[in-house]
Amino acid sequence: MSTATLPTTGPSAWDRVRSYTPSSKYYPVLATTALFIGMFGIGSLRFEGFGDPQVFLSLLLDNSFLIVLAVGMTFVILTGGIDLSVGSVVALSTMIAAKTLEMGWSPYLAIVAVLAAGTLLGLLMGLLIHYFDIQPFIATLAGMFLARGLCYIISIEAIPIRDQTFSDWAFKTVNLPGGYYIGYTSVIALLTVAVAVWVLARTRFGRTVYAIGGSESSALLMGLKVASTKVGVYVISGFCAALGGLLFALYTLSGYSLNAVGMELDAIAAVVIGGTLLTGGRGLVIGSLVGVLVLGIIQTFISFDGTLSSWWTRIVIGLLVLVFVVIQRVATRRQS
Amino acid sequence: MTDTLTRPTPSGSPGPSPAPQRRLRASSSTKALLWPVLALVVLLVVNVVATPSFFDIRLQDGHLFGPLVDIARNSAPVMLVALGMTLVIATRGIDLSVGAIAAIAGAVACVHMAGSSAEGAFATAAVGCFTALAVCLVLGLWNGFLVSVVGIQPIIATLVLMVAGRGLAQLITDGQITTVNNDSFSNLASGFVLAVPLATVVAVAVVALTALVVRRTALGMLVESVGINPEASRLAGVRSRTIIWTVYVFSGLCAGLAGLIIAANTRSVNANSLGLFIELDAILAVVIGGTSLAGGRFSILGTVVGAVFITTLTRTVVNVGIPSEANYLFKALVVVAVCLLQSPRARAAFRVRRVRPAAPTSAPTSKAGLA
Repeated sequence: MSTATLPTTGPSAWDRVRSYTPSSKYYPVLATTALFIGMFGIGSLRFEGFGDPQVFLSLLLDNSFLIVLAVGMTFVILTGGIDLSVGSVVALSTMIAAKTLEMGWSPYLAIVAVLAAGTLLGLLMGLLIHYFDIQPFIATLAGMFLARGLCYIISIEAIPIRDQTFSDWAFKTVNLPGGYYIGYTSVIALLTVAVAVWVLARTRFGRTVYAIGGSESSALLMGLKVASTKVGVYVISGFCAALGGLLFALYTLSGYSLNAVGMELDAIAAVVIGGTLLTGGRGLVIGSLVGVLVLGIIQTFISFDGTLSSWWTRIVIGLLVLVFVVIQRVATRRQS
Repeated sequence: MTDTLTRPTPSGSPGPSPAPQRRLRASSSTKALLWPVLALVVLLVVNVVATPSFFDIRLQDGHLFGPLVDIARNSAPVMLVALGMTLVIATRGIDLSVGAIAAIAGAVACVHMAGSSAEGAFATAAVGCFTALAVCLVLGLWNGFLVSVVGIQPIIATLVLMVAGRGLAQLITDGQITTVNNDSFSNLASGFVLAVPLATVVAVAVVALTALVVRRTALGMLVESVGINPEASRLAGVRSRTIIWTVYVFSGLCAGLAGLIIAANTRSVNANSLGLFIELDAILAVVIGGTSLAGGRFSILGTVVGAVFITTLTRTVVNVGIPSEANYLFKALVVVAVCLLQSPRARAAFRVRRVRPAAPTSAPTSKAGLA
């Protein structure tokens, strides 16, 4: 992989830069970043206005909920699990937010209710997975059905959000130098990424997550807190899904049961493209962020082009997942 | 391959010795089927209480009609998909792409018929369906290649096609909802053979044929041995790669056939919604039927009961007067209940509380025996 082309800091440091090789755990992220930059570059050359930094900033805005979902999914996949429920939890969160606001709750109380519901669902799935030895796939499948079913219990029709505070948040922006701006939702998404990076890299919990993904029985024999960590990642994923649902509710300003169908696939795809090993134990949250941006830029590409139909998005995402999975497979086979 | 396909001798296969495996199945198969059948009976009773005429079946114009006939007809697609899924899961795999494959099958067949000069002819329908099945064969080969040759985890290997497949289906239909006017084709869903719905006949025939091939030869046991330990079975002389590849191809074909039936039912194909969530229903049917998600054990009869159970559940929810969309909630409860019943840990916790020397079923014993 030609990842040695890093921005130089000055000619005097050239030798150091030339001899610098990044730690192998950054290779996948660097590959994904190179892919993103490459796509952005090609887009800027082909289409007028594509290279505008605001296009990049609106990528963050349009995918803020997916970024948050991918962060939660990264935790789960790092332990070797999977969470299929996130898409449904997003829909459920938009429904709870819309319904409680319609009933006249304070927006803060509505947010607490949404986050509590998602976290509780994550906790339940985590308990099922760890204490009853139910496969993550099937336990979160149950969670997916449950959340979708609860949506329909709340309401079958879409509920608009007319709360003033919510619409204020939805359109509030932070102005950046140069006349650019970034939405509040993007700021929340980036904060989530920052917190997740810190937790995974600097806390005992984060190291245990990696240890479980490497080998659960070894982690257990080392005396690590496997039970609480394994349940914890699903709690985090549930919380992130609820937070993502809130951002989605702000994005669409409505609640609807059929929101976010299949979004769990996008989140998993973003994590895979971001270089996280699906067997667990290796991967970075930053990679998932770049993975979401790659998915986003595919869509931007197609909307700028105008002649390509929307279904090419799915085909390209599928191909990208395939390429990254095969590369992962080849890389891990060589090591073992 | 040929020598392993003949009757297995206990001394001939050093892997998991087939003799105790067989005995276990014989003793536990009736017991394993008890719960799903009981649950199905409960559902039927609920239906009869809600609508006393639920069991009415009348013969009209030589065709059978009634709620039970509807259930038999509607369960055909899920039954087919679940049948393929059963064998895949028995090898410790999973096939998430079946919904997308069903959509592609419907798309290929409908686009062929809609674009043909003789849209209504039987030959057109036949060619369309066979083309669709051929495409599904290729898709199954692709899944099997990724899993058995490249060695990617099944859940991810089939995720690729799950994501890309709906895009492909839309590419084939050009994003349109393609409708077809071909009576031979729509007969696949609404036709009758000897008063029985054709869809049911097709599904039952495929199931019976599969059961015959799998259980009357050693193939089923080989599938199970691959599911228990692929490496050990390979060392024991089982061509695990070929077997894994075959089950994915079979699953693709089953999904394609299901897709054709669904498309024939609506006389149209919507690439976005055809077969949506059918992979989840199929997995649910397989799990209800007592096939272990950990692989190494499967029950085709259980899967059939599971598929009928799911169709009946959907019907019951409507029949009792709950909005049909709420059936997801009930499915969730069923998944959790079934998993807890299957989980050795939950059983152990249950057994401690009620001190009762319950005979352990084959799931924990077969694992313990191999450990």
